[in-house]
Amino acid sequence: MLRYIVRRLISMIPVLIGITAIVFLIMSLIPGDPATAILGSYATPENVANLNAKLGLDKPLVQRYFIWLGNLAQGDFGRSFSLNRPVLDEILERFNATLILSGTAYLLCSFLGVLAGIISASRQYEISDKLITFVVLIGISVPSFFLGMMLIVFFTVQLRWLPASGMFSIYGGGDFVDLIRHLIMPALALSFVATGVIARLSRSTMLEVLRLEYIRTARAKGVKEFRVVTRHAFRSAVVTILPVLGLQAGFVLSGSVYIEIVFQWPGIGRMLVDAILTRDILLVQGGVVFVAFCYVFFNLAVDVLQLWLDPRITRK
Amino acid sequence: MIGFVKKVIRNRLAGLGLVVLFGIILLAILTPLLPLAPPNAIDTPNRFVLPFSDNALLGTDHLGRDLLSRLLWGTQLSLAVGLAAAFIAGFFGALLGIVAGYMGGRTDSLIMRSVDILMAFPYILLALAIVAALGPGLMNALIAVAVVNIPFFARNVRGVAVTLAQADFIQSARLSGRSDISILVFELLPNVASVIIIAFSTTVGWMILETAGLSFLGLGSQPPQADLGSMLGEGRAALITNPHTSIIPGIMIFLIVMGINLLGDGIRDALDPRLAKGQLEKPSPLTRVSDGLIQSPPIVSTASKAVMDVNHLSTNFEVSEVVNKAVRDVSFSISSGECLGLVGESGSGKSVTALSLTRLVASPPGVVVSGSVRISDQELISLPYEGIRAIRGRRVAYIFQDPLTSLHPLHRIGHQLTEAMSTHSRGADSVFVERAENLLSEVRIPNPERVMDAYPHELSGGMRQRIGIAMALANDPDIIIADEPTTALDVTVQAQILAILNDLRQQRGLSILFISHDLNVMAQICDRVAVMYAGEIVEMGRASDILEHPKHPYTAALLACSPQIGQGRQSLQPITGMPPTGHEPLNACAFANRCSRVQPVCQQQPVEIIDMDSQLVRCLFPVVES
Repeated sequence: MLRYIVRRLISMIPVLIGITAIVFLIMSLIPGDPATAILGSYATPENVANLNAKLGLDKPLVQRYFIWLGNLAQGDFGRSFSLNRPVLDEILERFNATLILSGTAYLLCSFLGVLAGIISASRQYEISDKLITFVVLIGISVPSFFLGMMLIVFFTVQLRWLPASGMFSIYGGGDFVDLIRHLIMPALALSFVATGVIARLSRSTMLEVLRLEYIRTARAKGVKEFRVVTRHAFRSAVVTILPVLGLQAGFVLSGSVYIEIVFQWPGIGRMLVDAILTRDILLVQGGVVFVAFCYVFFNLAVDVLQLWLDPRITRK
Repeated sequence: MIGFVKKVIRNRLAGLGLVVLFGIILLAILTPLLPLAPPNAIDTPNRFVLPFSDNALLGTDHLGRDLLSRLLWGTQLSLAVGLAAAFIAGFFGALLGIVAGYMGGRTDSLIMRSVDILMAFPYILLALAIVAALGPGLMNALIAVAVVNIPFFARNVRGVAVTLAQADFIQSARLSGRSDISILVFELLPNVASVIIIAFSTTVGWMILETAGLSFLGLGSQPPQADLGSMLGEGRAALITNPHTSIIPGIMIFLIVMGINLLGDGIRDALDPRLAKGQLEKPSPLTRVSDGLIQSPPIVSTASKAVMDVNHLSTNFEVSEVVNKAVRDVSFSISSGECLGLVGESGSGKSVTALSLTRLVASPPGVVVSGSVRISDQELISLPYEGIRAIRGRRVAYIFQDPLTSLHPLHRIGHQLTEAMSTHSRGADSVFVERAENLLSEVRIPNPERVMDAYPHELSGGMRQRIGIAMALANDPDIIIADEPTTALDVTVQAQILAILNDLRQQRGLSILFISHDLNVMAQICDRVAVMYAGEIVEMGRASDILEHPKHPYTAALLACSPQIGQGRQSLQPITGMPPTGHEPLNACAFANRCSRVQPVCQQQPVEIIDMDSQLVRCLFPVVES
């Protein structure tokens, strides 16, 4: 087990380096001069040249990449010119908020999606299956940002139940209950699409497993049908569903960009969009690399969990 | 192709998707011809006019622009951009995938490593990075979305291309000296087309959503030009006061994506061969029984010493309209301590018979259409689920053919054994564990304690089958149904398993229904043998009689084609021809077409089974030895 984890960690290194290389390469496509962007169009040529030298932008591309990579390795993500603070500080603060939102949505969609899939498969063609299939169809077709807006119209404007923006109330908020009240709508909107995807996959996986011979063995033993579905079929289905759950984390993270905009959640997605619009390249670069790294490590954790759940893998 | 289209349309939801999508696309194409207000004409005095007003069917937005006009033009733009992105991603993705799969080696690993790294990004991050570099704008958003989706196509196509590259027709094309390009285009491409279509239908909806999403964030289409996403983004500013400006474009996106999803599902279902065979339907815990059968009162029990009595049992496989009669009117009984063998070639219906006894045949497609199965005084065919469940594993236990696929791969052996016990009786775990260990020693497994903790894949085939036997013995059943328990094993292990079963039979007085296609195995363990052919029992009697003096020509032919140890060099006589399919009723002797003793009368009527010197034979001209 430990050896497997170490081996996987080592094999991740090229992927991580690849990620930084791709991000750096994309960012170097930017037309124009970052120094001009920072100083404005009235800057004197000397000032621009000075700033370029200070930022290291006068060096060749490859050299610049390795300098940036070396800094990253030391935890130095550079300084955001639009916010005038270290990129990493801003990222960590924003990522915290994103983690609360995405994490909640992710737990929600994993749990509800798998549950819906099991119910749907074990009651194939019954009314509950049809109902779930219908809701799932809506889920995978509706844009999350539109759903979020409709939730606001309904729960904030019509019913006046829930706040529509931010993470905490400006006056008198800040406690846990306040956070939950702010979290409900964005988390629901964010998890809805992923729930649909997971429910679909869980349903079809369960249906495949339920036809296997060892399910027949369980039935031949006289095992109760509920147990056949939950302990025998689901136990095997998990092994297939889990990797897709890992991928869904990427979809939830992606969706959070829209949801953070709709609900003005102070997360990393909103930071990135703002940074793009202000052309704050270091902030974009750092944010993208940071989140991509988190995603890679998360999928490593999923792989380890997979190993633990499927004893057959250890042999290979 | 026409059949394929028909299949897609037959699926009602896919048809609905097609209609919705077709309608929207038609509207988008006709937009320039419709009498619409100009989409960008600002009319601030008439801002936020509500839908269904006189001059604006869908109202106006914050600048007083006509929403219907903007919606249709926006739809046109969104569709065009989404489709363009999908085509670009599909083209480059498929190209990379085909090249990687066909070339293999370095090219393959270089391409696939890059694809892996691209897929390591949550997709929107990559799109955002690209837009950040190229600057906001619809074209750039299109490029970003296309690039982000290339890896998905590449990976799917490559998976199929790798297998195809090894296929004979590609190899022979290579050997014939054709150029790589010509092979790629004319041989490989047509064969990966269905994968590309499926990948396209799963992603095109996403790509429309993603481009709309980027526009929503203000990174796609720039004002005054509007696609559906940027209309939503503009509407958001007035969400609380005038939600209609958001709802209208939102619903349009929803309808487009839903239409694509429905149609895509239909296409995938039509391409999936498993669906047509009913392989994706959940088998119910009990085989379905024809309606009339459940209502009929159970047959009054006759006084018999039989542990199991089977009368006129028939089981069909019914896939839509096609009926396949797998078991036809089978009757037999097994008395206490007896071993009855059921022998026949594959497809003769012996396994289906065995599974029908406790209604374990997968259903759909299986249906028990007639007959009765009794154990002592209980009728199983009309019994409700709970009743049958209490009997399965408790009074009637099964041993299956392949212990690797019939044991749960992710449950420990100990758990599988104790579960068999705890299902039917209450007790402390420690008691069950001890009993399980005793059972394991009874089937001659060394180190039972260690095996209890093992998973099936860690054991050998012979060990696994012993566990199958131990599991069947767990509740000391009245009868064990062994469905080809030795077929998946090699000969020495086969002999060990047979010896174990034989000993258990003597020690415990077990009744066994032993199913096999192997007459030699039958000879070693069975008291009586029933021979099945085309779903019918054609001969039944004492094992020694049948194996030494077969009366049915089929049994005789079967014996003539199985090798016997110690009989020296004999030529084996294969049976020519094929058994009849189960689709038609039998209006003649089922074996007539392959029989060497066939007479015209054999082809004219079904043959009844008759009693001949305490041997049942279904033949008009049985073999009589001089």
